[in-house]
Amino acid sequence: MEGVEASEKVKRTTPRLCSLCNQRKAALRRPKTLEQICRECFYNVFEDEIHRVIVENNLFKPGERIAIGASGGKDSTVLAYVLSELNKRHNYGLDLFLLSIDEGITGYRDDSLETVKRNEIQYGLPLKIVSYKELYQWTMDEIVKAIGLKNNCTFCGVFRRQALDRGAALIQADKIVTGHNADDIAETVLLNILRGDIARLSRCTSITTGEDGPIPRCKPFKYTYEKEIVMYAYFKKLDYFSTECIYSPNAYRGFAREFIKDLERIRPRAILDIIRSGEDFRISTTTRMPEQGTCQRCGYISSQKLCKACVLLEGLNRGLPKLGIGRKKGGSGEDQEQSKWHLENRALSLHGKHGNVEY
Amino acid sequence: MAVCGSACGTNCVPKDTEGEEGERLKRLSLEEESSVRRCTKCAEEEARKECNGLCAGCFRAYLYGKFKLAVTSNAMISPTDKVLVAFSGGPSSRVALEFIHEMQSKALACWDASNSQALPVFTVGVVFMEECNISDELSDQADDVIAQIRSIVSGLSPPSKDLHIVLMESLFSSDLRKLVGSINDATGREDFVRHLRMLSLQRVAFEFGYNKLVLGLSASGIARHVLSATVKGQGYSLPADMQYVDTRWKAPVVLPIRDCLEQELVTLCNLESLKHVQVHDKRCTSINGLVSSFLARLREDNSSREHTILRTAGKLKPFNFNKFSSNQYEYVPSRLRPKFQFIETGEPESSEVLCPICASPLTATELATTRCSQQMKGLNIKEMEAFYLSCCQSCHFQILPKEETSMSCDGFFDLLPKPMVKRSLLRDEIKDYLLEDS
Repeated sequence: MEGVEASEKVKRTTPRLCSLCNQRKAALRRPKTLEQICRECFYNVFEDEIHRVIVENNLFKPGERIAIGASGGKDSTVLAYVLSELNKRHNYGLDLFLLSIDEGITGYRDDSLETVKRNEIQYGLPLKIVSYKELYQWTMDEIVKAIGLKNNCTFCGVFRRQALDRGAALIQADKIVTGHNADDIAETVLLNILRGDIARLSRCTSITTGEDGPIPRCKPFKYTYEKEIVMYAYFKKLDYFSTECIYSPNAYRGFAREFIKDLERIRPRAILDIIRSGEDFRISTTTRMPEQGTCQRCGYISSQKLCKACVLLEGLNRGLPKLGIGRKKGGSGEDQEQSKWHLENRALSLHGKHGNVEY
Repeated sequence: MAVCGSACGTNCVPKDTEGEEGERLKRLSLEEESSVRRCTKCAEEEARKECNGLCAGCFRAYLYGKFKLAVTSNAMISPTDKVLVAFSGGPSSRVALEFIHEMQSKALACWDASNSQALPVFTVGVVFMEECNISDELSDQADDVIAQIRSIVSGLSPPSKDLHIVLMESLFSSDLRKLVGSINDATGREDFVRHLRMLSLQRVAFEFGYNKLVLGLSASGIARHVLSATVKGQGYSLPADMQYVDTRWKAPVVLPIRDCLEQELVTLCNLESLKHVQVHDKRCTSINGLVSSFLARLREDNSSREHTILRTAGKLKPFNFNKFSSNQYEYVPSRLRPKFQFIETGEPESSEVLCPICASPLTATELATTRCSQQMKGLNIKEMEAFYLSCCQSCHFQILPKEETSMSCDGFFDLLPKPMVKRSLLRDEIKDYLLEDS
């Protein structure tokens, strides 16, 4: 009896060893692979995988000025930290900057910007903040007051994309990097299937986009799991702002996000499998795809005569909150002014069928 | 109401029927008050709530129209065909069977009436695959289900149809239950049973001389497949299983109700009292189950979502086996034939290499890995190794045994049905060197 108890006691007190180094005690189970590993090995595999993604995909060249899209959230904070570390460790030779967008969301963005200001000091990276107010003369608070909570994410996403490009141009950046992680990209693949956006579906898994434009942008976290980013930030005790946007609850992306969380529980590798599927999709040559041009009004990249930001802004400034939202319908449901605007701009404003959150 | 002379149009109401017209108007206004809606198509019968504003008759015609368009525009069935309909008993395959029967009856009536009777009428057989011994389904209801199936098929005549009730495990000399049971992954198990089912259907078609296989796969089923395949990393091969025609098989597979939503088919079954077997919802812990419940949530939010998914996936490039070869279109009217015939480009179309388990085309990366491994092993490669190397990454992950599974690689390989083993690419290339007789 004593022998049994003793062996049970030994079982309980013997710590499980890290499956990678076999020396240190395992502290966590890796979400991507479910391996039980120690903290140090986790930091190593996490950083090493990102380094390999950067090298294998030729994301950077020495001497480039890189604007890191920084919101103060976990993804961009970890991105700034890791990129800074890898830049020194592997001599990428990059000039790194933090670029933040102030959408004007009281109680959310003003707090998260404080985090970015602290990151500026903690990581020694210069910070540039660009606001919706100065670019568009509208804050998200004002926009939500005007249009409600149904399509506000569309406005914010479209405006932020342009804002990042404008901010990057102001600091003469050669590239923008964003903290979009594997979960984000998998959600986008699913969303684009659900919404019928074949054009975005063909682009959304590219690790670098806009290479033929003035400022390309890339996503070093393309294969990095959101859970691992959280884990890294937690163990490294990084300073980040962890509240969800106060206006986001009604976003359609929530459907896809919930589904992916359930999927991850059954099969963790499904997130990477969705990305692989997205990379492997072959679009039929008979499918009509939009052609890239520039906006007649502001010169920004656009597949239509007017870019989405201009269309949405026009709607806001003329008090037509539904302008540029959803499919274009004629007749019923529109007031006279909208119909008139449509008639005037029929040739110009043939906006895409699914003008929603852009990646 | 204006009353005019004899030069007026037919819409005008003559004086002496004013009383009738008045009655009709009264009835219409009463109906408006009691909100009885008329069919948006024929404007005569009452619109049914579950039929998208149509009456029962127009709703049926709408679905049959989709079926007929799919069959004719893809040259799915020709007069000399012997068609096997896979009937699970569920509402989708029930409607497919009903529509095929109607098409056959109409063709027979034309043939009867025709003087020359030059073109024959295609024949139809029905197969029900009995699988409860292989998967974990309740077998005590099997006899009731079979009795219902027999009753349904015998009611579909003239012309009469041969019914084949087949026990899946009797088709192959393997212990399929043990084989399926050895697969750890729940999704892998379900998918493997699906692949076995196709193999079995093809076996039945071959044995009884059928040259086409009809599946009752609806738009909703395809939407499920699109999401499941995406989630399993099968983005390259996804288009292969969702087209109207699939000629990867000896008996090409056709999907005539591909454009009909499951909900529409269930509604039709209810409206016309089409007998079908109630499928019990079993608790699914697999990815397939998760996708089904996800789609159900999306459908509640927007009933057109399945069509959008189908439309998106429809823009993906199909494979060259998703079309019949040109000599199969001889019965298509000559004005339509050019649509089906290949345009000579001078470049031969590349043939895809298929996974021996799921028949999915392999990606360039998977093929390169297979070739590389084959080169490394050289001629010392065992048949089992050659087979495993030929499989796609999805089957490797969710079906083939790993170190931690109870069954060994050899044990699993020995239980595989021979037709599946024979499909392996590398086996084809090295079969002259194999010493074992398979």
